[in-house]
Amino acid sequence: MFSNILIYFVLIPLLMLAGLGISRNVKQIRAVAVVGSTALIALSVYLLVDYLGQRAAGNEAEMLYTGSWSWFTPLNINLSVGVDGISIAMLILSSFILFTGSFASWKIDQPKEFFLWLILLSTGVYGFFISIDIFTMFMFYEVALIPMYLLIGVWGSGKKNYSAMKLTLMLMGGSAFLMLGLIGIYYHSAPAGQPLTWNLLEIAHNNAISTGWQHFLFPMTFVGFGVLGAMFPFHTWSPDGHASAPTAVSMLHAGVLMKLGGYGCFRVSMYLMPEAANDLAWIFLILTGISVVYGAFSACVQTDLKYINAYSSVSHCGLVLFAILMINTTAMTGAIMQMLSHGLMTALFFALIGMIYGRTHTRDIHEMGGMMQILPYLSVCYVIAGFASLGLPGLSGFVAEMTIFVGSFEQGMIDYLGGAGSLRLVFTIIACCSIVITAVYILRVVGKLLLGPVHDDHHRQLTDATWWERLSTATLIICVAAIGCFPNFFEQLIRFTFNPEFFRALAANVPVLN
Amino acid sequence: MDYSQFLAMKQEIGLLIVFLLVFLYDTFMPKKALNGTSVFTCVVFAIYTALCFCCCMTDTWATTFSGMYATSPAIAAIKNILNVGALIVLIQSCKWANSDEQVVRRGEFYELLLATLFGMYLMISARHFLLFVIGLESASLPLAAMVAFNKNRYESHEASIKYLLTAVFSSAVFMMGLSFVYALAGSLYYTDIYCAISTQPSAMLVLALAFVLAGMGFKLSLVPFHLWTADVYQGAPTVVTSYLSVISKGSAAFALLVMMVQAFGLVYSQVWEWMLYALIILTITVGNLFAMRQRNMKRFLAFSSVSQAGYIMLGIIAMNATGMASLMYYILVYVFSNLAAFGVISAIENNCGKVDMDDYNGLYRTNPRLSVAMMLAMFSLAGIPPFAGFFSKFFIFTGAIQQGSTAIYVLVLIALINTIISLYYYLLVVKAMFINTENGCVIAPFKSACSERLGLWISVAGILLLGIVSCFYNSLLELCQTYGIF
Repeated sequence: MFSNILIYFVLIPLLMLAGLGISRNVKQIRAVAVVGSTALIALSVYLLVDYLGQRAAGNEAEMLYTGSWSWFTPLNINLSVGVDGISIAMLILSSFILFTGSFASWKIDQPKEFFLWLILLSTGVYGFFISIDIFTMFMFYEVALIPMYLLIGVWGSGKKNYSAMKLTLMLMGGSAFLMLGLIGIYYHSAPAGQPLTWNLLEIAHNNAISTGWQHFLFPMTFVGFGVLGAMFPFHTWSPDGHASAPTAVSMLHAGVLMKLGGYGCFRVSMYLMPEAANDLAWIFLILTGISVVYGAFSACVQTDLKYINAYSSVSHCGLVLFAILMINTTAMTGAIMQMLSHGLMTALFFALIGMIYGRTHTRDIHEMGGMMQILPYLSVCYVIAGFASLGLPGLSGFVAEMTIFVGSFEQGMIDYLGGAGSLRLVFTIIACCSIVITAVYILRVVGKLLLGPVHDDHHRQLTDATWWERLSTATLIICVAAIGCFPNFFEQLIRFTFNPEFFRALAANVPVLN
Repeated sequence: MDYSQFLAMKQEIGLLIVFLLVFLYDTFMPKKALNGTSVFTCVVFAIYTALCFCCCMTDTWATTFSGMYATSPAIAAIKNILNVGALIVLIQSCKWANSDEQVVRRGEFYELLLATLFGMYLMISARHFLLFVIGLESASLPLAAMVAFNKNRYESHEASIKYLLTAVFSSAVFMMGLSFVYALAGSLYYTDIYCAISTQPSAMLVLALAFVLAGMGFKLSLVPFHLWTADVYQGAPTVVTSYLSVISKGSAAFALLVMMVQAFGLVYSQVWEWMLYALIILTITVGNLFAMRQRNMKRFLAFSSVSQAGYIMLGIIAMNATGMASLMYYILVYVFSNLAAFGVISAIENNCGKVDMDDYNGLYRTNPRLSVAMMLAMFSLAGIPPFAGFFSKFFIFTGAIQQGSTAIYVLVLIALINTIISLYYYLLVVKAMFINTENGCVIAPFKSACSERLGLWISVAGILLLGIVSCFYNSLLELCQTYGIF
């Protein structure tokens, strides 16, 4: 069991939990958090290099590093792990955000309890991304959700009780649908007479879920994961939750946890039930299309920095689900790029907002101004994050959105010319508008918050970023720029996953241009 | 007479021996040694529980007394589960039983508790309705005495009378149903009834089964037969409440499953199914909705246990090996989770008499360990991984869905949506302890008694391990798959 590298993604957080349990003072706690998250970064980078090496050597298997250990044997529940390029991208994302999140919560109250919950949350996240057994996947998914309640409730600000309860109940409500969907998938996972299975790859290989059942199970799982992916109309937890959460939790939640939704939709709903995905995509296209535009418009009128960013997350995460539903290689590649890009830049945003709030004790953009003169480092970082968000070439947002819209338009044209209706085309055009709206709200914040005269003279005494804040933000900016400058590398990493085997069922229904 | 048939009743005989030992110790030991009654009972019962695990799980099918009594590995297993729960209750009750007020009646408390457990054994093993009724009565009547055990408290008396009256009333309803069944089948043996009842049910049979179900519904506190629950739970001494909510409920659920499969299995889909669906939906929903508004922790757990009974019933309607194993596993996990919650409540109540949820505000600041135990119990009851409750809920749903009809998907979906409601009120407790810390805490820091801590440690260990360590569920499921439902 321990010879499999993937297990360490869960073991290291568990060791960190043990380490936190025995640490006596804040220095030891910080040491545990920093050492552990650095180890996780090292592990995920090593995994990336080794994975690319194996692919270059001609390993064509769908998932690498697979391993399976039986758990609840009579029900055929195993602890199965395996990763492909997409999972690795997500693992790297999680590691970097956990690392920077630890630095962003350097001065938190009750550090021991805070980090215990935070690490428990990330245990769930890592477990989710390495699992290929839908039972364990679901278990880790729920492990990642519940710490949010206490993290927001105890360390949050504003109307934290309301937000924490709303967030937890809505996400758990999603997982109620999800649980039914997954149990349903299990009972239809194999042709009659063969043993049932929870293993993703085996279910996809069996391809035994009848179309009728797919039409029932697909919406269940898609809505279940979609709630976490902030799909309209189930996105309402997101603004309140993010606004009330402490900095590191907002970072981790918007940066990583919301990706669980997109990844789950992709890995479970689309992959296992392609026929239903094709038939029912239009419903969810409309919903996610609304998410994209509505989120962006809402961000334009908010005055609380965190609300602006939370609504912007709704818009960007909507774009992820939107692109997945295009069932097109290019758009799906874009969706994964968007997950990475959004994860990093939104974490950067929330980190910066936390740092600014920690100094000014307000997040209202009307009560601040001229920050560029007072906090030059943080302001420049904010501008960079903003540019990434509105899709400036050279940063990650451009690469992701460009790929998504090119792919969507391509698929829209195929649909339209093939006589399959113009829904995709119309919604691609609508979703494209969000780029312009994004520019509006980003530039509005930059103008009000960073430029112009200093609004409050008390703010003149503020000091710029400390070393741990600089480390945290600089790491994220480097990552954002890396994706923007070397998109081909990431595209290669993800592309391996979109092998013909993966698109077997999808391609049977939908013409895919290559 | 062939005395060897008593050998099949190993567990009952063992329990009787424990009972007699406790009785003799309590009656004949010198006054000095009487302070050890609690420890003596716990130790003897623990030894008995351990022996049962060693000896009785390997047995196969056995019926005695011309088929009135039956046992099988699955039945031995459920009895062992009840034993574990009763053991934890015994350990947790030590401090309360040795308090000044209770010390003179300490012996009776243990004897009554063991007597009710004996009755529950009979309910589970009965294959003839006469034996079943004897079991039912000997499980109910001593409990009424136990509920009244706080002699100086008015609420305790009130609860006892309420419990007694409802128990008697429900027995009467139950026996009314039985008399109809007897009229239809001409026998009270489960097997005879099974053969005699045709698959085309008459109106009389429907009425009979409705009465039987109502009688059992009182025991299980299913809605609409739950009205006694909250008052009795609130008035009874906390240890008795925990016993009532866990052991009594678990045994009744299993006995109902046995009865449904063995006696009325053929008419299940025509008659029982829709009754049970309606009962489950009502029970889960009403239990949850009422639990949300409760401020007294014992009333709160009363309604939570009403809704938990609905989930337990989901294991019954599956009518397959997975469902049965999940039911037993659910009861096992429920024993540990609920006893952890009651352990904390009774520790706090014994120490400072506070039972309101508002008194728990900020408990984490003063008593961090108790609040963590309570939080684990709440998470487990709500079904949050990686705690045992998640697995038991997941498996009970898996077992139910195996049946495969569309109606069951709808039923499970309703149950799942209800888990969200239940999560809300379980989180209220967590919120009180961890988040509402502004005004300090009315409960001063205290060190709970050894026995209470031991009981809590066992319960918490169960919550943490029963799910992640898969062998418990695996062995139960293998047992049920190997030996069929019974």
